[in-house]
Amino acid sequence: MLRYTCKRVALALLVAITVSFLSFMLVRVSGDPAYALAGENATAKEIAFVREKYGLDRPIMVQYLDWGLKALHGDLGQSPYFREKVSVIIGHRLKVTMILGASALLFALILSIPLGVLAAIRPNTWIDRVALGISVLGQAMPSFWFGLILILFFGVTLRWFPVSGSSSWRHFVLPTIALGYYATPAFMRLTRSGMMDVLSSDYIRTARAKGLLSGSVLFKHALRNAIIPVVSVVAVQLGFMLGGSVVIESVFAVNGFGLLAYESIARADLPMVQAIVLILSLIYVFLTLFADVLNALLDPRIRVA
Amino acid sequence: MNSKKDFSSPFPAITFPTPGQMMWRRTTHHWGFLLGAGILVVILVVALLAPYLAPCDPYHQDLAHRLINPIWHADGTWSHPLGTDGLGRDYLSRLLYGARISLLIGFAAMSISAVIGASMGVAAGYFGGRVDVVVSFLITTRLALPVILVALAVVALVGGSLPMVITVLGLLIWDRFAVVMRSTTQQLRSADYIYAAKATGCSTMRIIFGELLPNILNNLIVVATLEMARAILLEAALSFLGMGVQPPLPSWGLMISEGKEFMFFTPWLIVIPGTVLFMLVLAINLLGDGIRDITAPEGRS
Repeated sequence: MLRYTCKRVALALLVAITVSFLSFMLVRVSGDPAYALAGENATAKEIAFVREKYGLDRPIMVQYLDWGLKALHGDLGQSPYFREKVSVIIGHRLKVTMILGASALLFALILSIPLGVLAAIRPNTWIDRVALGISVLGQAMPSFWFGLILILFFGVTLRWFPVSGSSSWRHFVLPTIALGYYATPAFMRLTRSGMMDVLSSDYIRTARAKGLLSGSVLFKHALRNAIIPVVSVVAVQLGFMLGGSVVIESVFAVNGFGLLAYESIARADLPMVQAIVLILSLIYVFLTLFADVLNALLDPRIRVA
Repeated sequence: MNSKKDFSSPFPAITFPTPGQMMWRRTTHHWGFLLGAGILVVILVVALLAPYLAPCDPYHQDLAHRLINPIWHADGTWSHPLGTDGLGRDYLSRLLYGARISLLIGFAAMSISAVIGASMGVAAGYFGGRVDVVVSFLITTRLALPVILVALAVVALVGGSLPMVITVLGLLIWDRFAVVMRSTTQQLRSADYIYAAKATGCSTMRIIFGELLPNILNNLIVVATLEMARAILLEAALSFLGMGVQPPLPSWGLMISEGKEFMFFTPWLIVIPGTVLFMLVLAINLLGDGIRDITAPEGRS
């Protein structure tokens, strides 16, 4: 277990370093950052000033190492738009998105696990068809459009929930549904197939043959084993959701990390953009590391591979 | 023929269908596949024949006739069956031309990513060892980068255009190709016919293209449908956020974005393009699921 964990941590570190380099290069390969930072109508003198001020005249590796070492100390530079530390602003906004992501995840799990279990217990019945229908439709639904439809129906027609902003819990209901729906098909299908595998296994038959109540077989023996693959996908999907929050938060004007990312890209706030890409990637790396180690803990067969 | 008849039993002879007949039977009995293929064919025909089907020029603005209601409203007119948008452009014409953009971007981005991902995956699965380590690392790194954010940033910094969006998406969404092709190739690497080809002295290229590729082709096609659907959704999201295809091109995502301004008064401006986008992605997904079921019925769960 220790060996596996060490190997996995080393890989995560290597990925993290590569990702940090990529997010640093991202704003540089797509054009001269000095032009973007100086603004559209900047003179040559202003561009030269910006280049010197942000140290953009140094060799690229020196710039990267400087940025990377500072980032390790939590200093991600200054945002030219906010005239404040990037790390401070990101800290505030990330909290909002974390709440949104966690509630969306909860929504997706509450919807998908019972449906997946029911579909597995009664395959090829109407409940299985409904579950399949939800997952097929959910996969094809453009998330931003689904968000707009939710706004039209629950916000405008029924007037149940406010349509934009993030000042109270009621503002989070519609974005939670829009973001959570996105992850539901994956969870549901995994729960269903995992449950079906487990239900046809020998130990479940033994438990049934011993006369255990079907409810206790289902929850004590079957679900616990069927849920293992879902655990690893939860972490991955949470990472995808943080990426998807860029779109959903723009639709609902939720003042979180995703909206910050979108606005920073639109106003060419490059220090902010590269910090956001870095942080989102690192969160994903950490989540998958966590999921893999947890999985190895739950299922010893994985450790050998 | 006649001599055989004498020995036949009174029961009708049991004939086994050929693999081709079984495949045909599975195809014609798979409602998801038929529905998906049907919708896709309709959209494809509409996209190809857009200049002949469209009642108006999709770029023609007519500010005197803006925001006309579609035909199912009392004041709708047949000259604009789906009404007009905020600039007075005919909505049906824009919708028909928009099909071209979605299909083009979906297909082109998918092709680029298929070439990248499949060659990486096959190389990793076939050669194993160091190649596999490097490719697996690249896949892990790629998965760590948030697609939508990177695509947004690059398109915003370089400037949005159709070829740009195709290139960026194509370079970003090869991960599933690589993952699936790697594991499929690993399974087939030790098949008898691969050993046989090696024993007869076939070159590596010959084995990969002559023996391996035909056997992983169905998996490749299934992943291709998934990725095409993903590329179409991503393009729509990028265009919706204003950093994909640029106006006045009639991209469906852009149409939703432009209609958002009026959505509280004229909701059909976002409902119509969204529904069509949803139908297209649904059709491609159904087609992909159908191909998977039809080509590998034993693997169905």
